[in-house]
Amino acid sequence: MNSMIAIIDYGIGNLGSIYNMLKKNGSEAIITSSIEEISKAKKLILPGVGSFDYGMLKLRESGLIDLLNQKVVIGETPILGICLGMQLFTNRSEEGNSKGLGWIDAQTVKFNMQGDNSKLKIPHMGWNRIAIKKQSVLLNDMYEDARFYFVHSYYVQCNQQEDILTTTEYGFEFHSGLEKGNIAGVQFHPEKSHKFGLRFLKNFAESF
Amino acid sequence: MTRIRVIPVLLVNGTKLVKTIKFKNATYVGDPINAVKIFNDKEVDELILLDITATVENRKPNVDFISKITNECFMPLCYGGGIKNIDQIKTLLNMGIEKIALNTSAVENTNLITEAANLFGNQSIVVSIDVRKNIFGKYSIFTRSGKKNMKTDPVKFAKEMEDRGAGEIMLNSIDRDGTYLGYDLELIHKMTDSVNIPLIASGGARNVNNFVEAVKSGASAVSAGSMFVFHGKHRAVLINFPSQEELKSTLYQTKN
Repeated sequence: MNSMIAIIDYGIGNLGSIYNMLKKNGSEAIITSSIEEISKAKKLILPGVGSFDYGMLKLRESGLIDLLNQKVVIGETPILGICLGMQLFTNRSEEGNSKGLGWIDAQTVKFNMQGDNSKLKIPHMGWNRIAIKKQSVLLNDMYEDARFYFVHSYYVQCNQQEDILTTTEYGFEFHSGLEKGNIAGVQFHPEKSHKFGLRFLKNFAESF
Repeated sequence: MTRIRVIPVLLVNGTKLVKTIKFKNATYVGDPINAVKIFNDKEVDELILLDITATVENRKPNVDFISKITNECFMPLCYGGGIKNIDQIKTLLNMGIEKIALNTSAVENTNLITEAANLFGNQSIVVSIDVRKNIFGKYSIFTRSGKKNMKTDPVKFAKEMEDRGAGEIMLNSIDRDGTYLGYDLELIHKMTDSVNIPLIASGGARNVNNFVEAVKSGASAVSAGSMFVFHGKHRAVLINFPSQEELKSTLYQTKN
């Protein structure tokens, strides 16, 4: 079943490619910052690029935080965070001083490459694989050779093993996807990852 | 197996998709958005979009147009053309563009590379170098869409760009652009001998075999224009891309 997805526009980044990918899947979506539209939405996507504090600031300025807490935590509306959007679900980030939304028992930390890994560049940028850590409808029929596009200098560290959806190898294994009940997040950009991202967003739209 | 990036280069003249020969005779080849949609279906690793007349016509990056392209682009995108300052780079990256290509401004204002790399990370900054070989076999950098001879050695310049924080070098041979004569392997070899950051070979590709040669000469990634937009002797416009199977059995088996 397709349902109306609100891609939350809080003044961060370009949301067009997420919208177009959902549309390509036949999902019904809107890009919106309107309290009314977000209240009505059956599913939410929180995108975002840039720094943690700036993201939280923009979210506060948008006046949406209470509504999001209400909808996601109490109403259990399915939500997908992408990149910074997912990082905002955590308690805090090494990137700044703002408190995160705190929906997931996790923190956002900076890549700290040492020894042999010090040759690895930060941001981690490029196509990479994911290892599936738990069964999820989000990964239904995922292609065996699936690859996803990443651009980030910080990553999410889940404190609860059971929240980890996927991991990715970049010098070490970091948590590239999380899922806890109605809340999911990915560090990679499904909207920049061809059919692999298309499948992922389809699963979110239709089954999550 | 190493996945070597194969990157279509889309040249635009404002908002029209064009293709040049030796940086001249820009032929109209269609609608760039349509081309992007086709490359989505071909699972292309990355796209490079260059507005080749922005700088010479003193135009700024066309944010509305670029944002239309980004919206349709289900793969990472690099944009170049008319970029002069940090604010423009910031705007473009915030729009969801992954990489910024700097060409004329990299030569005219080398500090911009240092500053941009520090602010946005090396990976986001691609220095695009247009090179022509003179009759004595000497290479020199040309800027402003190949119009202005900077009398600068491209290898030394590439090294300086690396030191200043460029994440990648895109090396374009003006002499080979649109000619299907294969890449300038000699220059790729020379440059990759002294520069450690990835080099994207550009200019002259006819087929996958040329990709293999470029990688054997040291290139980390390959790009092409004509090969992906034209078909056959008469340059009929046909957006195309080698199949993943073909790349797997040839290019991805190559070691550099």
